[in-house]
Amino acid sequence: METIIEKSLEEVFEEKIANDIRIEPKDWMPEQYRKTLVRQISQHAHSEIVGMLPEGNWITRAPSLKRKAILLSKVQDEAGHGLYLYSAAETLGTTRDQMIADLHSGKAKYSSIFNYPTLSWADIGAIGWLVDGAAIMNQVPLIRTSYGPYARAMVRVCKEESFHQRQGFEIMMTLCNGAPAQKQMAQEAFNRWWWPTLMMFGPKDSESPNTEQSMRWKIKRFTNDELRQRFVDMMVPQAEFLGLTVPDKDLKWNETKNGYDFGDVDWEEFWNVVKGNGPCNKDRLSARVKAHEEGAWVREAALAHAQKRAQREAQA
Amino acid sequence: MDLHHTPTPAGQEYLPEKRALLLDYTLQLADTSLILGHRLSEWCGHGPILEQDLAMANIALDLIGETRSLYQYAAELEGQSRTEDDLAYLREAVHYKNPLLVEQPNGDFAHTILRQFLFDGYHFLLLQQLQNSPDQRLAAIAAKSFKEASYHLKWSSEWVIRLGDGTEESKARLLKAMDHLWMFSGELFLMTETEQQLAQAGIIPDSASLLPQWEAHVAKVFAEATLEVPQNVFMQKGGKIGRHSEHLGYILTELQYLQRAYPGLEW
Repeated sequence: METIIEKSLEEVFEEKIANDIRIEPKDWMPEQYRKTLVRQISQHAHSEIVGMLPEGNWITRAPSLKRKAILLSKVQDEAGHGLYLYSAAETLGTTRDQMIADLHSGKAKYSSIFNYPTLSWADIGAIGWLVDGAAIMNQVPLIRTSYGPYARAMVRVCKEESFHQRQGFEIMMTLCNGAPAQKQMAQEAFNRWWWPTLMMFGPKDSESPNTEQSMRWKIKRFTNDELRQRFVDMMVPQAEFLGLTVPDKDLKWNETKNGYDFGDVDWEEFWNVVKGNGPCNKDRLSARVKAHEEGAWVREAALAHAQKRAQREAQA
Repeated sequence: MDLHHTPTPAGQEYLPEKRALLLDYTLQLADTSLILGHRLSEWCGHGPILEQDLAMANIALDLIGETRSLYQYAAELEGQSRTEDDLAYLREAVHYKNPLLVEQPNGDFAHTILRQFLFDGYHFLLLQQLQNSPDQRLAAIAAKSFKEASYHLKWSSEWVIRLGDGTEESKARLLKAMDHLWMFSGELFLMTETEQQLAQAGIIPDSASLLPQWEAHVAKVFAEATLEVPQNVFMQKGGKIGRHSEHLGYILTELQYLQRAYPGLEW
């Protein structure tokens, strides 16, 4: 009897997916779909939160008051994105505390890009332009992802990300049109961030174990390689406009495919950073753990006070 | 061709002497918001709870926004083609006029909350009055910032109550913060010569007169937080006339680094 009901639930689910009807928190969904989403959304949320660190690193050193205000507000937006995404993931039955515990234990991942250091002010421009650019490329299709709360969170996230990218490009443009030392700063930042940004699209399709199922469930809409190609095609002209040299000797326009051919990503570096051997993996995670541990007494106090207050109100 | 176009100085309605006083005072307010905003922004990404990380960044942003309006006005009053950034990035610590309280290190969350609470009460009352200044620019800046400061004061007051009437640990930490920070609260209400003259001329509020209201608010919040108001504490002063703690030099070293390393560039 149970199998029959289960099957029909699964049919209803598959039908919704096929007809592009959103899956909502109370709908039945296969366990694996739920797991994949929790993994992906929490990973996305963690990336927003860990991503605050490399950029936050320059808030106190921003070169003008206007830049300081813009950067602070950008990093604050990221905290906001983290909040909506944790909330979206919570609709799947996992608590924020659990997700944070998984991040801190190393079980959950976050985007590897944030394991690279921000060494100069130009890195703030490069991150906005390249990293947020890549994030938009990854995230815009997620507005149509099959899980409702995730899709809706992405509408707002993407709107703000496109502001972020514009401010990054604007920083780069100011540097590239500035003094030789500033132009050099911009080129050096570009050299450092270009390849790690290409890694943001994930492993090659042939080595991406989750892609196929995620595409079938319409969680994911394009493959890693498709998005990477689009990104390169979009960014090369922008780099040319800025007068920056793409640090890839194999980069070449390919008339037949109407896109660029480009060199192979250093996959050994990619997997190393994923495994925790990037330049900042340890620093990033320990900064998060430290904030959480040092904040424990604050959370306890807030809870204790709320309980006292509730008790007093009940007695009154 | 005039490459260094000088905008018409603001405050033309004042005699030069009064304009100089107004400049001095506007800088004092701007420096204060900048340094506190800077301190709060150091928390960004490291807060104890994500929501509070956001709240601190938000308050920092409000303060930086207020800073910019004030420095822009100061630059106009000065009338020497300096910009808001010149005023923030190219002045030495001894020329900064912020009170000592706002440059104190963040410490733990209890320190940050208490520093904010002591400041917010003053800031709120000051802006409330300054909105009525006959100086229209200051009045307009104050009106905008007053709305923000009302929210800041609500936030920090609530946190003082939570931490004071929370756990034993949170109370102990708040008391320790009190031990460090209370002695800097007096300077907020201690008027410099500039402030006295401007207050006498009716351009700015008499900040000493704000003290009773500030004390009343502190007493009310502390009562709810089960804290005693410290008595007979020796009050430190000096920041407003450039006699700072050693902390300010390090804040400015960080804040001014790029402008100092690459003079005269656009960013």
